[in-house]
Amino acid sequence: MIDAVGNPQSLLMLGGTSEIALATAARYAARRPLRVVLAGRPSPRLDKAAARLDRLGATVATLPFDAADTDAHPATIEKAFADGDIDLTLVAFGLLGDQEQAWTDHATAVELAQVNYVGAVSVGVLLADALTRQGHGTLVALSSAAAERPRRSNFCYGSTKAGMDAFYTGLTEALRPSGVKVCVIRPGFVHTKMTAGLKPAPLSVTPEQVAEVIMDAVAQGHEQAWAPAPLRYIMSALRHVPRPIFRHLPI
Amino acid sequence: MVRALSGWGRTAPSTARVLTNPTVEAIQQAVREAGERGVIARGLGRSYGDPAQNAGGLVIDMTGLARIHSLDAGSGLATVDAGVSLDALMRAALPLGLWVPVLPGTRQVTVGGAIAADIHGKNHHSAGTFGNHVRSLDLVTADGSITTLTPADELFWATVGGMGLTGIIIGATIALTPVESAYFVVDTDRTADLDELLTLLTDGSDDDYDYSAAWFDAISTGAKLGRAVLTRGSIARADQLPPKLRRNPLAFDAPQLFTAPKVLPNRLANKATFMALSEAWYRKAPKCRRGEIQNLTSFYHPLDMIGEWNRAYGPRGFLQYQFVVPFGAEDTFRRIVEQIVRSGHVSFLNVLKRFGEASPAPLSFPHPGWTITVDFPIRRGLAEFCDRLDLQVLGAGGRLYLAKESRTSPAALHRMYPRIDEWRKLRATADPAGVFASDLSRRLEL
Repeated sequence: MIDAVGNPQSLLMLGGTSEIALATAARYAARRPLRVVLAGRPSPRLDKAAARLDRLGATVATLPFDAADTDAHPATIEKAFADGDIDLTLVAFGLLGDQEQAWTDHATAVELAQVNYVGAVSVGVLLADALTRQGHGTLVALSSAAAERPRRSNFCYGSTKAGMDAFYTGLTEALRPSGVKVCVIRPGFVHTKMTAGLKPAPLSVTPEQVAEVIMDAVAQGHEQAWAPAPLRYIMSALRHVPRPIFRHLPI
Repeated sequence: MVRALSGWGRTAPSTARVLTNPTVEAIQQAVREAGERGVIARGLGRSYGDPAQNAGGLVIDMTGLARIHSLDAGSGLATVDAGVSLDALMRAALPLGLWVPVLPGTRQVTVGGAIAADIHGKNHHSAGTFGNHVRSLDLVTADGSITTLTPADELFWATVGGMGLTGIIIGATIALTPVESAYFVVDTDRTADLDELLTLLTDGSDDDYDYSAAWFDAISTGAKLGRAVLTRGSIARADQLPPKLRRNPLAFDAPQLFTAPKVLPNRLANKATFMALSEAWYRKAPKCRRGEIQNLTSFYHPLDMIGEWNRAYGPRGFLQYQFVVPFGAEDTFRRIVEQIVRSGHVSFLNVLKRFGEASPAPLSFPHPGWTITVDFPIRRGLAEFCDRLDLQVLGAGGRLYLAKESRTSPAALHRMYPRIDEWRKLRATADPAGVFASDLSRRLEL
């Protein structure tokens, strides 16, 4: 159960090697005894992530999960809930890749859409059902500031995030009567392995800072949060900038 | 019917199937057919946290099972259904010159809930907990059968204070107290600080009163820190009443001025409003007054004048932090009060009371010592702040009250209740399959 001040007892991380997911789990583990299910592609990195949380005192289990393999999702999600309630689920998987390749190479574009959008919708439907049956729980979806307005530099990624963002925003409303809470997080540029080598955008954040935003949103019952918070106003303004100007902005 | 339920603090709601207006047979059947997420009884929902919620399972709304079967003026015994509220019981008993022996800060709780939380009132030092006045209770146990338990049974005391986790209480026989009036003779003392208050509570004078509790200021700093209003009294004999009231000494009038609107902003409960309220509350109390005649509402239940007052804290809700520390740990609660004042978390409804002897029930909250109750609106940083308070309460050998609890860790709670293993054994024998479950039992691993 998530208590009155937002402490969960169990987490499911879809995208078990996500640095944001791990930073979030580490912070929660410092507050209460925690059971964590890390779902991701079996790899030394996943094992290392599990070992790190284990050292922090959490009870960790790993689960093989491939975001693109949607046929396997129903069984995976069922397994994730087999050992008891999941209080907080983080949908944290996603690809970025080379954005020029992403819109010119067919296979790359399809894979990006499969993982970031189709995969997110696939688990979203299954999680909604599992959490509704459980009668409680919070579903956190990691969207992106790129979902707000497509930019020339990363519109392929942005389009997949826009799709998943819209899905989870709608799911927030659809699940309201069931008591299950959904929260969409929109980080800006996050310093992770996914963005290594890229030039950081203004207001860039660390995975730890995103974790703080997630925890605060869960505790306060927010349905949408930006990381960092001021990004909300900047993106809101950028959304209305006319195209001839927008395309010349250094972003 | 599937419904979202929360406690009085309006935090951490969860959804469950709710069985309303149940008959005893329907309850037995529901227990027999409980699914894997189990079943829990719910009364009037006045517990602050999650004991009357059962996410994904079944919740039985007991308020429909509310008949008073018998009230005997001679023996003082009342046999009632579990869903009868203490308000209804009191209204029925007063004309017979009988009084509900233990009343909490509201009359809007059911008899079943009063037993399950083993509630206490301002008269704990003279009357003990509610469980002390229960002569027998009927419990639907995990196999769906009905067992009548008396204080001679171990399961009786596991059920008293057992938060509904030993079965569904469907009825009880309560020993009421004979009284001559529905009024109190009240002495009021206003103290400049906590030390002065503690002196008044420990100089022996407290034993002259059946009822005693103090409100204290947990917002004002400096010289006003911990200033308090102590009100103590006993139920008036008919000859103590003024002639006008003597004509109908058992009359009872509980006005409800208004009901708080459904939507109030989160920030209504803030430092400025609470500071003004605290100032007014302190100022309106006389510095020292003796022998004033007050009715139940003004002496005991001022909050009952406002329906749904919990809405004042806004949609984010609030939590109540109630703990007891043994006598001798005065420094701990003085330190805690100072930390609250400095914390930026604001609390207006602060109560300090001296507890009497403990009940035989392993999970009963009251223990000899000082109990303090504060209310905090949910704000950033409250989680960490309350965790720090927990450590100090634990360090002083104190504990938290399960009927108010909504956020502590399982480990902390288990340490606070040293007899928890004894209770768990009794519960495991009575309910080996874990049919009775609640959000509270899952959260605190009871």
